[in-house]
Amino acid sequence: MEKTLSTPLTEEMVAGLRSGDRVLLTGMVLTARDAAHKRMVELLNKGEPLPFDIAGRVIYYAGPSPAKPGKPIGSIGPTTSGRMDAYTPRLLDLGLKGMIGKGYRSPAVKEAILRNRAVYFAVVGGAAALGAQRVTGARVVAWEDLGPEAVRELDVVDFPVIVVNDIYGGDLYEEGRRQYEQAAAS
Amino acid sequence: MRELDVADVTRAVADLCMDACYNLGDDVLAFFRAAVEREESEAGRDVFRQLLENAEIARREAMPLCQDTGLTIIFLEVGQDVHFVGGSLEDALNEGVRRGHTDGYLRKSAVEAPFAERKNTGDNTPAIVHTGIVPGDRVKLTVVPKGGGAENMSALAMLKPAQGREAVVDFVVDTVSKAGPNACPPMVVGVGVGGTFERVAYLAKKALVRSIGSANPVPRLAELEDELEERCNRLGIGPQGLGGRITVMDVFVEEAPAHIASMPVAVNIQCHSARHKEVVL
Repeated sequence: MEKTLSTPLTEEMVAGLRSGDRVLLTGMVLTARDAAHKRMVELLNKGEPLPFDIAGRVIYYAGPSPAKPGKPIGSIGPTTSGRMDAYTPRLLDLGLKGMIGKGYRSPAVKEAILRNRAVYFAVVGGAAALGAQRVTGARVVAWEDLGPEAVRELDVVDFPVIVVNDIYGGDLYEEGRRQYEQAAAS
Repeated sequence: MRELDVADVTRAVADLCMDACYNLGDDVLAFFRAAVEREESEAGRDVFRQLLENAEIARREAMPLCQDTGLTIIFLEVGQDVHFVGGSLEDALNEGVRRGHTDGYLRKSAVEAPFAERKNTGDNTPAIVHTGIVPGDRVKLTVVPKGGGAENMSALAMLKPAQGREAVVDFVVDTVSKAGPNACPPMVVGVGVGGTFERVAYLAKKALVRSIGSANPVPRLAELEDELEERCNRLGIGPQGLGGRITVMDVFVEEAPAHIASMPVAVNIQCHSARHKEVVL
């Protein structure tokens, strides 16, 4: 059974999510990965504003393949979130409400998720042709020179994600693994 | 001596890049189909259903299975009776990658100056080429688009000979355990044992082009493969790390003689988008 959510995310919406919940997300998400995160934090360190708003927004850690003519986007799926961990608490403290990616987050990110009442979703990695079917529009909003790493606004419809880290300390990667882990045969 | 125009090599590489990125191998598809039934976790079964649907869309639309179309690894086996004409072979291989990634709408994922500017090379070159000289007058090309997520979770250790087989097993299982969801499980695990520092990494990489379900013909190594697979699947990581019985699709071990002082082990992790295609010219 899936929940449906529309962006931007509010505190109330995030409070209703628990690790393991499947969610169909509709609305606008931003794409940003390694190079864009580095630039964001460099700007913030200089005391300058970001070229896009992140409050209440969701960042999808993704760098799509090029769009074929007539298509809004090429194949798109998540990259490994942990590489963004060094930058993420800063963005959460500025109001970022959600992240979509794959893989473990650091203790500092999990703390920042709790502190700021945000959510970390996973999407199936490597299912990027399928992912493209749920994207109806894409626009570069910053740093076009970064190519696949540019920041884009994506319009998504019924985009399937699963809650990994919620505001109650739930962690699907830990819980799922614990459920199926077996001791080595002796 | 047989002459082979390098333009034929360029065309073949471009085609292989696109074919590998659009069309998942039959062995992987068969594994997914069986896994939809076999996986105990509901979230895990849903992952396999999505992967099957994804493979169907990619094939039908001729679009990449995964947006990470990787750095391009090329295994080149050159018959010693072949004479390449028409230009530089290395340039021809890179031109194939360039055309495959440009004409095929594949992502360009190579950056130069990795600890400095990290500027995208713009065409996914240079390819990483491993060349072997073999008898005959044929050329075999194997293209492996290797994604970054799983590659980042790979590891190499120079173990002590006294540590023995158990240490090899522990190192492989520990590497898979740490990789977890980051490496896009279910993974294919390529293991090299022996050789030198660079040889063992090559063995682990080369192991990844074997077919899912194949066993090493040496019984001692086939037995090690079975044990590693079982141990990895006991970790509970499951498809996409959401918990489940299927963490690895297969484990392939290759070995080489080592120095009397050494026992190198390399673990090269491949995500479920286990892409490789080959052709003989």
